Amino acid sequence: MTLFIEQCLNGLQFGLLLFMLAAGLTLVFGIMDLVNLAHGSLYMLGAYFAATFAAFTGSFILGAVLALAATLLVGMAVEVIALRRLYGRDHLDHVLGTFGLILFFDEAVRLIWGPEGLSLPLPSWLNASIQVLPGVQYSAYRFSIIVVTLFVAAGLYILVMRTRVGMLIRAGASNREMVGALGVNIKLLYTLVFGLGAALAGLAGLMQAPILTVQIGMGENILILAFVITVIGGIGSVRGALVAALLVGFIDTLGRSYLPDILRELLSPAAASTLAPALSSMLIYLLMAIVLIFKPEGLFAAGRK
Amino acid sequence: MSAPLLQVSGLAKRFGGIVATDDVSFAIPEGELHALIGPNGAGKTTLIAQLSGSIVADGGRIAFAGADITRLPMPKRSHIGLARSFQITSLFLDLSVLDNVALAVQAHAGHSFSFWRNARAEAGLRVPAREALARVGLADRAERSTASLSHGEHRLLELAMALASKPRLLLLDEPMAGLGPEESVRMVEMLRALKRDYTILLVEHDMEAVFALADRISVLVYGRIIATGSPDDIRANEQVREAYLGDAETAHA
Amino acid sequence: MMPALTLRNIVVGALMVALILLPVYAQLADDRFLMTLFTRIIILALAAVSLNLILGFGGMMSFGHAAYLGIGGYAVGMLAKEGIMNGFIQWPVALGASALFALIVGALSLRTRGVYFIMITLAFAQMAYYVVSGIARYGGDDGLTIYKRSQFFEPLNLSNKTQFYYLCLAILFGAIYLVRRLVNSRFGMVIQGARSNDVRMRAIGFSPYRYKLVAFVIAGTLCGLAGALLANHTDFVSPSVMYWTRSGDLIIMVVLGGMGTVIGPVIGAVTLLVLEEVLSGITEYWQIILGPLLLLVVLFARGGIDGLLTQLGERLRRGRPS
Repeated sequence: MTLFIEQCLNGLQFGLLLFMLAAGLTLVFGIMDLVNLAHGSLYMLGAYFAATFAAFTGSFILGAVLALAATLLVGMAVEVIALRRLYGRDHLDHVLGTFGLILFFDEAVRLIWGPEGLSLPLPSWLNASIQVLPGVQYSAYRFSIIVVTLFVAAGLYILVMRTRVGMLIRAGASNREMVGALGVNIKLLYTLVFGLGAALAGLAGLMQAPILTVQIGMGENILILAFVITVIGGIGSVRGALVAALLVGFIDTLGRSYLPDILRELLSPAAASTLAPALSSMLIYLLMAIVLIFKPEGLFAAGRK
Repeated sequence: MSAPLLQVSGLAKRFGGIVATDDVSFAIPEGELHALIGPNGAGKTTLIAQLSGSIVADGGRIAFAGADITRLPMPKRSHIGLARSFQITSLFLDLSVLDNVALAVQAHAGHSFSFWRNARAEAGLRVPAREALARVGLADRAERSTASLSHGEHRLLELAMALASKPRLLLLDEPMAGLGPEESVRMVEMLRALKRDYTILLVEHDMEAVFALADRISVLVYGRIIATGSPDDIRANEQVREAYLGDAETAHA
Repeated sequence: MMPALTLRNIVVGALMVALILLPVYAQLADDRFLMTLFTRIIILALAAVSLNLILGFGGMMSFGHAAYLGIGGYAVGMLAKEGIMNGFIQWPVALGASALFALIVGALSLRTRGVYFIMITLAFAQMAYYVVSGIARYGGDDGLTIYKRSQFFEPLNLSNKTQFYYLCLAILFGAIYLVRRLVNSRFGMVIQGARSNDVRMRAIGFSPYRYKLVAFVIAGTLCGLAGALLANHTDFVSPSVMYWTRSGDLIIMVVLGGMGTVIGPVIGAVTLLVLEEVLSGITEYWQIILGPLLLLVVLFARGGIDGLLTQLGERLRRGRPS
C-alpha cells in the first residue's frame, strides 16, 4: 500500500513535469500554429544550464534561477532568428526546420560541454525523505517538484485566463488577424509566448536533471512524450495538456511498476518477462492511438479547425 | 406530373443557438434554373452545403430524382448527378488545368484502382475533359498550370469541373463572385447556354444576372424561405421588397 | 520519347551513370569504403523514394517511415536467427509484415489530419521501436547480428559486394520506375488530387481514403524491402534503425532532393549522406553545420535540389542567345 502511494506520487510528479513541457508546446502549437521539435532541445539546455550555473555559483537554487533566465533568452533568440520565419508555412517545413535546430543544439552542447554528460547534485536539504502522509515517506526533492509545478500550473492558469496578456494569447489562438488589427504588437507577443514556452521546458529540464543524467539527446525521448500529451489533450488546449500529462504520467509510472506483476499472473513467466518491458513502454502510445481513434482531435479539441 | 428532380422538405440546421436553416422547403423540376437569393448571412451557403453533403442536416429531407439523399455522403451525391461549384474557388492549384477537369471525369469513369496505365494518355478521360473546357471557353488554357490562371478563369474552370462530372443538377454557389463587368457578361451568357441542357440551382448576389436567367426564384432570409415564384412575382412581392430588394433598389437609385 | 536536354536532366543522367559505374571505379581505386557507403546510400534512397510516394505525391506527412526499415530488417534478422536463411522466405515475410503494419497504421491514422497525422504515425513507429527493444531473444536494445545473408539461387550471392551493390541498384531503379508509373496512373492522379484539395476530391465524387490507404501500404512495403536490404548490408539490425530521428532523416532526404518528383529523393539521399561524409571529414561537429543548412533549405529552397536545378537550367537557357 505504501509502495502504491509512492508510485502514485511518482506518477503525479512525472505527469506534472511533463505538463511543463507540454504546456509550452501546446501554446506554441495553438497560437503560432508551429510544430516545434526543438522544444526538447530547450529542455536539454535547461538541464545543462542548471548543472553549469549550480556548479559555478555553488547554489542549487541560484543555478536554477539563472538557468531559467538563460533558457528564456535562448528561446526568444531562437524565435527571433529562425522560427519567426516559419510561421504560416506548412507543417512539413516546421518539422524539417526544427529538426535542423535539434541537430544544431545537440552538436553545440557536445561542443561546449563535451560528450560525457553532467550531473546536478542535490543540496542536502532536498536530498532527504519527508513524511507526506502518516507512515509514508517520500523523497523531499520529488515532493518539491510536485509543489513547484503545481504553483507554475496555477500561475499559468491565471496568466492565460485572467490577464490581458492571457486574453491576447487566447484571442491570438482563435483570431490572428483580429489581434493584429487591434494594434497589438503580435511579433512581440509571439516572441514572449515562445520565451515562456522555452522557460517552462527549461524548468522541466532542470528539475529532471538531479534525477537523471544530464546528457545529449535527453530532450528527444521526452519530446515525443510531450507531443503525445498535446495530441491526446487536443492541440492548443492547455487544460487538455494538463489532463493528458497527468494521465500519461500515471499510466507510464504505474504501468512500469505493476504491469510485469499483472502479466505474470496471466502468462507464463518467460512470456511475461519478454512482454512486460515492451508493453509498458508502449502503453502511452496505445493510449494515444485509442484516443485518436475515438476523438481524432484529442480530448479537449480547441474550438477551431 | 412527374416528381421534381430535387425536393427539399422541412430542412433544418442549427449551429449552437443559431438557426442557419429553418424549415426550408422547395422543389426544382427537371430543366428549371432556380435561383436562390438572400442577404448576406441568410444561410445560402449552409443550404448549398447541405444539398451537396458537406454538412449533414439536423432535420428534414432532401430527395433527388425520387431517392432520399439526406444522409448520403458527399462523394456518393456526386455519383448520382449532383455537381457543386464552390463560392470560394477550390481547385487543384498544383495540377494543370486539364488535369483538374480530367480528375472530375475520372471520378465518374469507373474505379481508379488502375496503377499502371498512364492516365494522362487515356482518351476516355482527356477527350471529355477537353470538351468541358471548350464548353466554358478555356480550351486554349488546357496545358497551363492552374495556379497561373486569372480569377475569372478559375471561376470558369470551376464550372467546367462541375460539367465534367456528368451532372443532372448543377449547384452553382455564386459563380459570378469577384468577376469584373465583362467577365460577368460572359458568365451570364455561359449560364444561359447551360440552362438549355442542365437543371440548375443558382445561388447568386448579382440581381441583374438572377432576374435575367432564373425561371423561378426563392428568397432566403434568416434561414427561412419567405417567397418562391417567377422573377415577376418576386419583384412584386411586398415582403421581399421590404426584407431584401428594398435596400438594393434604394442603393441602385 | 527522349527527355529534353535540360541542365536538370543532364545532372540526373550523370548521377545514374555514376551510380552504375561506381563499382568499376571502386575496383580500380581499390576503395572498399566507397562501395560500402554507396550501397548504403542506394538502400536509403530506396526508402526515401518510397516515402516520397506518400509524402511528396500524396501529401501524407508520415513521421514514422523508418519503422518499415526496422520491420523489414527484423523479418530478415529474426528468421536468420531461427535458422531460415532462404531469401525467398525472408523477403516475402519482410514485405508482408511491412504491408500489414502499414495497413493497420494507415487505416487508423488516415482518419486524422495535419499535426495529428504526423504524431500518430510517429507514435506507431515508436511503438514498434519499443516492441523490438523489449524482445530479449532478438537482442533487445543491443540489436541482432545476422551471421549469414539471405540465400537465393546460384550464382546470386549477397555476400559478394559487387553483386549486392548491383542488386540494390537494380531494385532502386525498379522502384523509381514503379513510382513513376504509379503517379501517372489514375491511382496516382487521385492521390495527387487528394494532396492538393481533399474537399474538392470528395465534391467531385472521390472517396480519397481508400486510395490514400493503398498508397500508404505500397510505400510501407517498398520501405520494408529497403529494410531487408539494409539488414543484409550491415549484417545487423537494431531498434535504432526505427527511432524517430531516422524517420526525420528520410523526410530530409525527400525534401532536400525535391518533393513530388520521382528522382528527387535519390538526389536527396545521395546529397545528404555524401554531405555527412564530407562534413564529418572536416569537423567532428559536422551537425552544427548540417542543422542550420536544413533550416536554410526549408526557408529558401522549397523545391529542393531538383527544383534548384530546374530553375538554374531555365535561367541559363534564357541567358543564352538562341
